[in-house]
Order: sequence, then structure tokens, then C-alpha cells
Amino acid sequence: MTTATTSAAPRGAATPARLAERRLAPATGHAPAAGSERRDGTTRLLGAWQAHQSARLAEHLAHHGPPVLPPPRACGWADLLARLVADAGLTGRGGAGFPTSAKLAAAARAGERRWLVVDGLEGEPESAKDRVLLQCAPHLVLDGAELVAAALGADRITVCVAADQGATATAVHRAATERERTALAPVPVELARPPARFLAGEESALVNWLRCGTALPTFRPDKAVPLAIGRRTMLVHNAETLAHVALVARHGAKWFRHAGTADAPGTTLVTVSGAVARPGVVEVELGTPIDTIVAAAKPTATVHAVLVGGRGGTWLGTNDMGTPLAPRALRERGAAVGAGILVALPAEACGVAEIARMATAMAAESAGQCGPCVFGLPAIADDLRRLAAAAAPSGPGSRSGIGADPDLGTRLQRRLGAVTGRGACRHPDGVVRMVRSGLAVFADDVARHGTGRPCTAATPVAGPARDAATRWQT
Amino acid sequence: MSELRLTVDPVACDAFGFCAELLPEIVGLDEWGYPVVAPGEAVPPHLAKLARQAARSCPRQAVILTVG
Repeated sequence: MTTATTSAAPRGAATPARLAERRLAPATGHAPAAGSERRDGTTRLLGAWQAHQSARLAEHLAHHGPPVLPPPRACGWADLLARLVADAGLTGRGGAGFPTSAKLAAAARAGERRWLVVDGLEGEPESAKDRVLLQCAPHLVLDGAELVAAALGADRITVCVAADQGATATAVHRAATERERTALAPVPVELARPPARFLAGEESALVNWLRCGTALPTFRPDKAVPLAIGRRTMLVHNAETLAHVALVARHGAKWFRHAGTADAPGTTLVTVSGAVARPGVVEVELGTPIDTIVAAAKPTATVHAVLVGGRGGTWLGTNDMGTPLAPRALRERGAAVGAGILVALPAEACGVAEIARMATAMAAESAGQCGPCVFGLPAIADDLRRLAAAAAPSGPGSRSGIGADPDLGTRLQRRLGAVTGRGACRHPDGVVRMVRSGLAVFADDVARHGTGRPCTAATPVAGPARDAATRWQT
Repeated sequence: MSELRLTVDPVACDAFGFCAELLPEIVGLDEWGYPVVAPGEAVPPHLAKLARQAARSCPRQAVILTVG
């Protein structure tokens, strides 16, 4: 396992032996077959590079070998690539976890002209994996992008990096310039800088921004109809997904399946934050237990719960922390791998204060387009802040707790039901998932607040004590 | 047998509420006045005329009727 963050200090060279020693094993089955795996299963994407260092083209080619590209005027590469990616079992790493092969096949069927968009926006504040990948290994992402573009006949590649990620944009720009002078650039690569907003990386918002400069999701009655700008069919792929495509093309589907589990093959980048001494981006095999990943980041306190999948994700309590990081196991607990975000909440923090703080931030990140999201999310956030404040220190006779607002519980539940599935995008659904799972996992905290008893963390979210609520975050 | 289906475009909708007024049988309102209706909700044949009226009269043209 290798750590590389924008904030972490550069570490010593990651030798294969050191990495092997620190590698994480999946929870079930499928240990890499001895001898057949040249590189460690957890060092495929980032292993060769150090934090703060961007691989130059020569270094990249020396490490990974030449990229796979269709020969000029080749036919049938779209099908070939879709089949290869299907055999590998690669799923999108941007959050939705949709099979990459299905996306490729749908784009191959639609229209004549195509435009490939590399989504490196990661609007989730708790995610850093795409920017770390684009900074450390930009050529691997570009290998994948050029292969997909050439195979599907796309005549444009646009790499999207958020407006506030200067270092990442510099790395991508330098890599694209390096490639321009070689035969590796079959399709022109351009860099775009959409605004650094939570929703800007949502597929339809990104396409809308490229079309007209407005980074807002659009309403799509039929999601099976591919996004398009003019006569170009738009293909939006997450940056990490394309890096995996580049490696699958080099080493084959069987190689890809040496890591991970049978139904969740391969490795994935995970961003670990919260109450840990070593926050950052790690590459793990799918199927690695979540508590193992968190333990490797050196928790600074007893971890009370882990938020899986970011602010639109799911809280897992102590009993579920051993769940493998894999779609099926997580689905059974109402969670998903998402964009690989893990936030560790220490026992001394108040879960209610935390979900109130996150719901408030998510309400502010609404695109402001759909009524249920515009009015519902602030209302939900307000209910949660009331719940969190209910146990704020109060003098005798002061009205606090449920006594002050007897409808709070039922109102909050009704509102959570009222916003689900009613937006043009899934933003409100994610907030509801995060809040509902939080209310279940932090049931003790909720009960304590509900009766107006002092919260152990005593951290009302609004007001000067806010720092106390976020102090554990590094 | 093709059915008339009703969808509200949540981006276009500005909570005028005409659809809920005309079609209380299938369109409800939430506490903020926005219509609550499943996307592609089937319109019973006897309400088809009112559904067309709702689509025509929506000031934001947010009521989408499809056949299928």
C-alpha cells in the first residue's frame, strides 16, 4: 500500500519489498497467484511514484511499457475493447460503479462522432484520489483515454480538472505536452477547468458546462439516451477508470482479476480521512475489509463509525466495520463503494453533530434547480441542527430536547422521505442515505439528544463550538 | 395497449400547482408546494383529458406526457 496525498510529506522510495510487506489482503479468496503477478496487487496505479512527484513520459514508459493503441484504420476495436473490459469486470470508479464495458458499448452504438471527457473533478471534499492519480501518474490516465478515444473513434479528449486544483492541472498539461511530440497522441488532448463545486463532476453537469458554461445537472427523463453536444455523443469516464483500462489493455483481463474478489475484481483508490494519523490516498484490492484499510491509516482514537462513499454515502457502525470494500457486501448494508471515500469518526465525536454539519454543507451544495432539493435539504439540515442543539448545555427550566419540539422526529422522517428520488440528479438521494444511515448508527446519540441530556461530545454545530466538532479532522 | 404517462420536469417546475389542482388523483403536493408524482406515472384513461389540460396550462411547461 502506498500513501500519496497533496498534504502528506514525500515519503521514501516505495520499493516492491516494502510495499509487499504493507499490502492489504482481500477478505475472501483470490489471493494473487504466485509468480503470475509481476507487480503487487495494491501498487498498480500509484505504486511506482512518490507523492508530489509526477511521472515523466520516459519514466512512465519504462515502468509500464508501451501503451496499447489500435493500429491506424483498424476496425472493430470498440467491440474488442468493450469485450476485454467486460472480461476484466471493471466498473466505473467515479461513484456509480456502473460496468465500464456497458458504457463503452452504448457509446459505440450511438451516433457517428464522439467526444471523450475525462472526469477528474471529484467534488467530494473528502476525496483526493483522482487528483493524486492525475498528479502522480497522468500518463497512465492519458493512455487509457487515448485508447478509448481511438477505439471508439472519438475526435476530442477533454481532461476536466477543478478550477482550484492548479497542481493537478499543471501535471496534466505537462503530460499532454510531452505526448504531443510523440506518436502516442492519436487524438488531441485538451484541459478544461470547470468550477470547484460538489456537483460540477456529475456527468450531465459536466457535459452541460462544456456545452454552455453552466455546471448544473440537467433533467434526463430517459437516462439510457446518451448525453450529446451537437452531433457528438459524449462519453464521460472517471480518471481512475481510464487508468485501469490502460492496464487491462496492457496485461489482460486475467491479470486484472488477480487482485480483488471474483465479483469485485481489481484494485481501487481509496481516500481515508477523519481521525487518522496518516490520511491520504491508498490503493487497495476490492474486497479488503474496511477496518483493515482504516487501521493502516493509523487511527488516532477509537473509531466509532466510518462514513463510506462520502457525504452522499453511508455510515457504518462498529458492527459493520469489517465489511469488505466490495459492491455486494456493502449493498447488503445499504452502502456502496462510491468514489472510495472512508471517513473515520472517533468515539468522542457526536454523530448527530456530524450528520447535521454534513447535511448543512450538502444543502449549500444543491444546484438550486429542483424544489424538493432547494427547500427539502435546508429543512432537513435545520431539523438535524435542532436535534444536535437539543442537548446543548442549558440552565434549569430552559426548554430543550424533544419537549421543545415534539414533532422533530416525525417531521425529519417525513422530509427524508419527501426529497428522495425527486431531483434531476441524485444529490438529494445521497443526503438522505447519509442522514438515514447516520440516524441508525448513532441511535444512542440521537436518543441522548432527543431527551435533552447533555451530549458526551457537547458540540452544538452552529456557533463557536463548531471547531470542537471538527477538531478530530486532520 | 399504449398508456399515457406523466412526468414532471423537476428543474422546470416552479410549484404553480396547477397539475395537482387538476389531477389530485395522481399528483400530490409536498410541504413546499412541489408536485409529488412518480416519474412516468400511468394516467388512467378517464383522466387523460385533464392530464392534457395540466400539460397545456403549466406556466413552466414542466408537465411531460408520453405515450408508452
